[in-house]
Parts: sequence; structure tokens; C-alpha cells
Amino acid sequence: MEKELPLWEVFIRSRQGLDHKHVGSLHAADAQMAIENARDVYTRRQEGVSIWVVESVHITASDPADSDPLFEPAKDKAYRHPTFYQLPEGIKHI
Amino acid sequence: MDTTKNLEEIFQSKIDHEIKIEPKDWMPDAYRKTLIRQISQHAHSEIVGMLPEGNWITRTPSLRRKVALLAKIQDEAGHGLYLYSAAETLGITRDQLLDELHTGKAKYSSIFNYPALTWADMGSVGWLVDGAAIMNQVMLCRTSYGPYARAMVRICKEESFHHRQGFEILLTLSQGTEAQKKMCQESINRWWKPALMMFGPPDEQSSNTEMSMKWKIKRETNDELRQRFVDVAAEQVKFLNMTLPDVVWNESTGHYDFGALDWDHFWNVVKGNGPCNKQRLDARIKAHENGAWVREAALAFAEKQKIRQQSQVKTA
Repeated sequence: MEKELPLWEVFIRSRQGLDHKHVGSLHAADAQMAIENARDVYTRRQEGVSIWVVESVHITASDPADSDPLFEPAKDKAYRHPTFYQLPEGIKHI
Repeated sequence: MDTTKNLEEIFQSKIDHEIKIEPKDWMPDAYRKTLIRQISQHAHSEIVGMLPEGNWITRTPSLRRKVALLAKIQDEAGHGLYLYSAAETLGITRDQLLDELHTGKAKYSSIFNYPALTWADMGSVGWLVDGAAIMNQVMLCRTSYGPYARAMVRICKEESFHHRQGFEILLTLSQGTEAQKKMCQESINRWWKPALMMFGPPDEQSSNTEMSMKWKIKRETNDELRQRFVDVAAEQVKFLNMTLPDVVWNESTGHYDFGALDWDHFWNVVKGNGPCNKQRLDARIKAHENGAWVREAALAFAEKQKIRQQSQVKTA
């Protein structure tokens, strides 16, 4: 039985100054091959200036079933947003 | 409380509210299976779709046409890879997907079981086959499964050039010699009805449509998409001074009628009896088997590099 090439997640910086963004995944034997494949699969039309690859097994993701309790603490904290604060009419630069 | 029923209600309510389903979210088994079937069939179509065109790379009439055809075929490989990755997020492996193609368990679009006989066919494939595919793909950009929708957005951006380069090939032929014009019309005639059948069987015969619409995997029915494609192509063909077989304007419906389609023939091709089914599958299997040593060598090299790095760390 042939062994499957490992799966990698690909992140691309589309232009200097922007974040790397997840674009998809691919199979490759090692990191170098993953970068080269990512170039051919995800940047055929100059979509990127930089590539990150990470083997998918190394990614730990939160469980969508737990998202309610996980994100619940931020729910009742309206005071973290500027609109929570009341200011006099006509005030400027604040 | 019945937990599965509850989960199903939450799932359907997300769909109804246009919230995308993501890989780790709960989904009904049938939704997962339908998606694996549809996405993999779509991926296989991109991969097998390279074959009729690959046949023409060495015989393009100019260098301009050659670079375009090469780029188009490379895109198709890319599209296949985006889609395989999307399917893999549903819990099937790449090896399983390929195995299902090679054993004939999974299907690909029947259109690729027809031969590309003349250079004009490269035009018809781009204009009609890719044109029909785009109608379907634009709809799928809004499909309910996140990874599939994202792959489709990427694909649609790239597909437009395929469509246009095909039309340009036909346009050039349509302005050429009598023999070239004849070749152009003959090719359109041959591809037209198979292209219309790419949208799948009529709605009343399509077993998957109802559930797929409820789950918003599909957003429009086969017949709706087919009619839209006919109306668009019937206008475009005028710029070629060519005709589409059996297509007539219908004043009362405000659409073009397109005549009867031979669905017995369609199912016969799906079942493996088209002109090129065997040839296409044999070519895929051969390419996969001949590439085995490359995959093995790449893995062996990666393993060796890893060991070398580890021993360097130890001695340092």
C-alpha cells in the first residue's frame, strides 16, 4: 500500500503590508515541495508575494460545538467598544 | 429530547439563514455524502477534462494559441486540486477519491467522453463546454458548504479566460476560409447538445435536485440553468455568423427553444459506453501508476532529510 503524501495548509500574503491569509490546502512530501506546489496551485496569476505552509496535523482548532461557551465571555462586554460611552453633542476629535 | 432531530433543526436553520456550513460543524450524513459525491465528481471532471485538450497542445496553429491552451490545462489541474482539497475536508482521503475514479465508482462529466476531432473543437470546448460549466459554477459560489463555495469563487475567477479564449478561436475560424468556416460550424453542431446535457437530466427526472435545493447545495435547478445558457449562447452565436442546431426563438415564452435531448444516449455515456470512456480512464490510471515512483521517491527523500536534520541537532 502506497503512503499518502501529507496534507499542508497554505497561507498567502497577497501584497506587501497585508496579512497572510488561508487559501486552501495541498499534498506534498515536505515543506519545500509544499511551497513549490503552493506556488503552482495558488499563485498562477501573481496572487501572492509570500507563502506560508504548515502541515495540517499541526493545527489545533476550536470545536464548533463549544463555540458558545468559548466566546460567551465577550458577549456582555459592550464597554469594550467606543460606542458604549456617551459624549456631549458636537464634541470633536474623540 | 431527540438530539439528532435537534441537531438537524439547527443545521437546517443555519442553511435557511444563509450561514455557511464549515468542516467541523455537525451535518446530516446524507448532506456529507451528497457533497462528497458532487465535489469529487466535479474534481474528477477537471482532471479528466485535461485529456481532450492535452491532445492538441502539439498541434496548435500558433504559439499564442499554444501558451493559452497550456495555461488553460494547467488551470484545470489547479481546479481539480482545489476541489479535491474541499472534498477532503469532509473526511475522505485523496487516495480514496482517486481510487473511486480509477475503479469507475465515481463519475466525471460525460462531456469529456467525446473526442476532440478538429482544432475548432478547442474553440467549442472553451465556448460551449466551459460556458455551460460556468453557469453551474457561478451558482455554486453561493453553495452552503464553505470550503466548496470558496473553491468555486477561485475557479470562477479563472474560468472566464477559458471561455473567452474558446470563443476567440471560433471567431477567428468564422472569419477564415470556407473550409475553416465549415469546420467551425461542424464543431458547434457536434458539441451543442452534449453541452446542454451537462446540466443534468430534466428537473422531473433528477433524483437529487429536491434535497440539494433544500440544503442549498444547488441554488437553481438543471432546467433553469440550461435555459439561461441557451438564451445566452443563442445571442453569442450571432457574432460568429454560425447557427445552433434546433435553436428557435419562442415569441410567447421570451426564450429560445432548443429541441429534444436524447437522454437515453446521455445515460448510456454515463454508464461507460461513450466514444472515449475507456480511453480517458486508461489514460488517468496510466498517469497515476507511472507517477507512483515519483511520489515514493519524494517521501523517501523527505524522510532522509528529516533523519539528517535530527542527527545534526544531536551532534550540535
